[in-house]
Amino acid sequence: MTTPPILELRGVSKNFGNTLALHNINLEIANGEFLTLLGPSGCGKTTILRILSGFEAPTRGAVFLNGQEITSSPPELRQVNTVFQSYALFPHMSVWDNVAFGLRMQKRPKVEINQRVAEILRRVHLAEYGDRMPRQLSGGQQQRVAIARAIINNPLVLLLDEPFSALDLKLRKQMQFEIKHLQRQIGITFVFVTHDQEEAFAMSDRVVVMNEGTVIQVGSPQEIYEEPESLFVARFVGEINVLEGDIRAARPGGTYQAEVEGVPFILHSRREFAEGETVKVLLRPEDLKVYLEQEKAQQPPFFLGTINETVYKGATVDILRTLDNGKKLQAAEFFNEDDADITYRPGDRVSVTWVEGWEVVLNAEGE
Amino acid sequence: MERVPSPGASRFREASIAGTWLWLGLFALLPNLVLLLVAFLDRDTVGFFIPSLTLDNFRELFAPVFLGVLWDSIRLALCSTLVCLLAAYPFAYALAKAGPRLRPWLLLLVIIPFWTNSLIRTYALILMIGAQGLVNKCALGLGLIGAPLELMYTDFAVFAGMTYTFLPFMILPLYASIEKLDPGLADAAKDLGAGSLRTFWHSTLPLTLPGVVAGCILVFLPSLGSFYIPEILGGATNMLLGTFIKNQFLVAKNWPLGAASSSVLTLLLVLLAVLYRFTSQRAAGGYNAPLNARRDGE
Ligand SMILES: Nc1ncnc2c1ncn2[C@@H]1O[C@H](COP(=O)(O)OP(=O)(O)O)[C@@H](O)[C@H]1O
Ligand SMILES: [Mg+2]
Repeated sequence: MTTPPILELRGVSKNFGNTLALHNINLEIANGEFLTLLGPSGCGKTTILRILSGFEAPTRGAVFLNGQEITSSPPELRQVNTVFQSYALFPHMSVWDNVAFGLRMQKRPKVEINQRVAEILRRVHLAEYGDRMPRQLSGGQQQRVAIARAIINNPLVLLLDEPFSALDLKLRKQMQFEIKHLQRQIGITFVFVTHDQEEAFAMSDRVVVMNEGTVIQVGSPQEIYEEPESLFVARFVGEINVLEGDIRAARPGGTYQAEVEGVPFILHSRREFAEGETVKVLLRPEDLKVYLEQEKAQQPPFFLGTINETVYKGATVDILRTLDNGKKLQAAEFFNEDDADITYRPGDRVSVTWVEGWEVVLNAEGE
Repeated sequence: MERVPSPGASRFREASIAGTWLWLGLFALLPNLVLLLVAFLDRDTVGFFIPSLTLDNFRELFAPVFLGVLWDSIRLALCSTLVCLLAAYPFAYALAKAGPRLRPWLLLLVIIPFWTNSLIRTYALILMIGAQGLVNKCALGLGLIGAPLELMYTDFAVFAGMTYTFLPFMILPLYASIEKLDPGLADAAKDLGAGSLRTFWHSTLPLTLPGVVAGCILVFLPSLGSFYIPEILGGATNMLLGTFIKNQFLVAKNWPLGAASSSVLTLLLVLLAVLYRFTSQRAAGGYNAPLNARRDGE
C-alpha cells in the first residue's frame, strides 16, 4: 500500500480461557475504505471489533491506529466509535441527548454541540425526532440514531457489528444503501461485520472472509466470488458445483489437460499442479451452460446428463441435473428476450459445459 | 387477531385478581382508614377514644416535643439510609457482575440475615458492641484503647443497629436493577469517550435509580418506624418516632395521638411511592410516551 494504513492488526491472537477465539490475525485497513468481516457465527468477528474498540485486549499481537500503537489504550481514548449490534441507545435520554453524548464528553462548547447535533440528525433524516425517546422510535430509526451518535465525534474508524440483524429484509436493503451512501459522503473508514455474504458484497470495497478465528481470504467482492482460494470460501459466498478431476499434463501458460468426471477438458489456473494430481473443479451455477441434446450439435467436451427438476426463481431458473455418472449439478440460467422460454422437463437429456476459463481449480484438500 | 382466553381461564383470572383486592382491602386499606379515622377523634383514657371529631391530635404533632422526636428520627433514618446505600451499591454491583460460581455464595451472605429474625440479629449486635463485646475486646487486646468504649445505649448503637438490620433491604433492589442493566450501555458510554466515573454518572446511576429509590424507601421507612432497635440498643435520653407511637398506644393509652403520629409515616410512604414511580418512568424512557409514534416517518 502506498499510503500508510489507518488501522493495522499485527499477529493478533485472543484466547478466552481455553477457547482460541482469534489466531494470528494480520490485517491492514486503508483510510476511507469500507471493509467487511464476513464469516459464520462464532468465527471471531465481534472479538476483532472489540479489540479494535478497546473492550478486549489481545492475548498476543498489536493494534495500530494511524501509525500509533493503541493495543492497551482504553476505549474512551481511542478515536474509534462503534455502532453496537443491539444499538445500545441510552433509554433515559432523548434522541438529541443520545447524539450529543459524545460531544458533551469531549466538553465541546454548547453552540458547537447544538449545531453539530442538528446537522447530523438532518443527515440521517431524523431532524424532527430530537425530542423523542428511543423507545418511541422504530427499529430503523433507532439504527439511524445509533449511527448518528457514533459518527458525531468524527472517528478515524467506525465499527459496525451486524447492525441490520434486527431489521426486516426491505428495511435492511434500504439501510445498506443509506450506510454505503453515508460512508462515501463523510469518507470515514468503516469496518463492518456480517455473516450475510450478499450484504458484504453489496457494501464493501474489500471483504475479509473468516472461519474459526483465522482469516481465510481477503479481497474485493469480485475476487472472493470469482476466485475463491478454498472450498470453504467458495461454499460460504454462494452456491457452487464441485467436480472431481485428474491432471493429465501441464501445458505452458497455466493450462492443464485434465479429466473431469471422466471427460477430458482443458483447465485454466494460476496454481501449480503436478501430473497425476487429483483436483477439485469449482463452478458457479451461472457459469454452466446447458443444452438440450437434440438442440445443437455440441463441440466436445461436454457432460451428458438428465434434468431432475427446474426451480423458478423470478430472474433465474435453477436447473438440477444428474450426470450420467451419478454426480448432481446445479445450474442457473437468466431469462433473456431471445430465449424467452427455458423449457426443460424432468427426464430431458442434456449436455453441459462451461465457459472456458471460468472454472476454479483447487487441490484435493480444497485449498 | 385477538386471542380470546377460554371462559374458564378468564374466570380464574378474575377470581384471583378479586381475591388479591379483597385481601389488600381488608388487611391493608381498611386498618389504615380506621387509623386515619381514629386520628380525628378525641382521646379517652378508659375506652381508647370518644366518637367526637377534633383536630387536636394533629395540632399536637406541631408541638416542640413531637417535632423534636420527628427530627431526631428522620436524621437517624437518613444517616442509616445513606450509609446503607454507600455500602450496598458496590456490593450489589459486585454481586450482579460476579461469575456464576461466586454469585450464589455472595447472595447467600445477603439472604441469611434477610431470613433471620431481626430481633435476634439486634441482640447479636450487643455481643459485638457491648462493654464486653467483640469490638471492645479486640481494641483492648490490640492496645488501641485503654478502657472499654461505651458504644451501647448511644445514638451510634441505634444507628449501627439500623444500618446492620436494614442493609439487605437496600442490597436486593439495587442488585435487581443493576442485574437487568444492559452492559452494552456502559460500553456505549465508554466508546463515546466517557471514563469510568462519567459512565457511572451518566449511564449506570440514572438507569439504576429506581433500585436506589426502592432501596432507600425500604431502609428509610422501617428505620423511621422501628421501635425495637432503639429500645434494645438505644439510651433513655432520646425518644424516636417508633417508640413514641408505640407508647401512645400501649403506655399512654392515647390512641388518637398514636394514630395521628403514625399517619405521618403513611404520608411519607405515599410521597416516596410517587417518587419511585417517577424515577422508574424516567429510567425506562417514559411510560406515557405514545406508542403509536413508532409508526410515523418510516
Ligand atoms: N467473553 C467471552 N468469553 C468466552 N468466550 C468468548 C467470549 N467472547 C467470545 N467468545 C468466544 O469466542 C469465539 C468468537 O466469538 P465472536 O467474536 O463473538 O464471534 P462472531 O462475532 O463471529 O459470532 C466464540 O467461540 C465465542 O464463544
Ligand atoms: Mg458477533
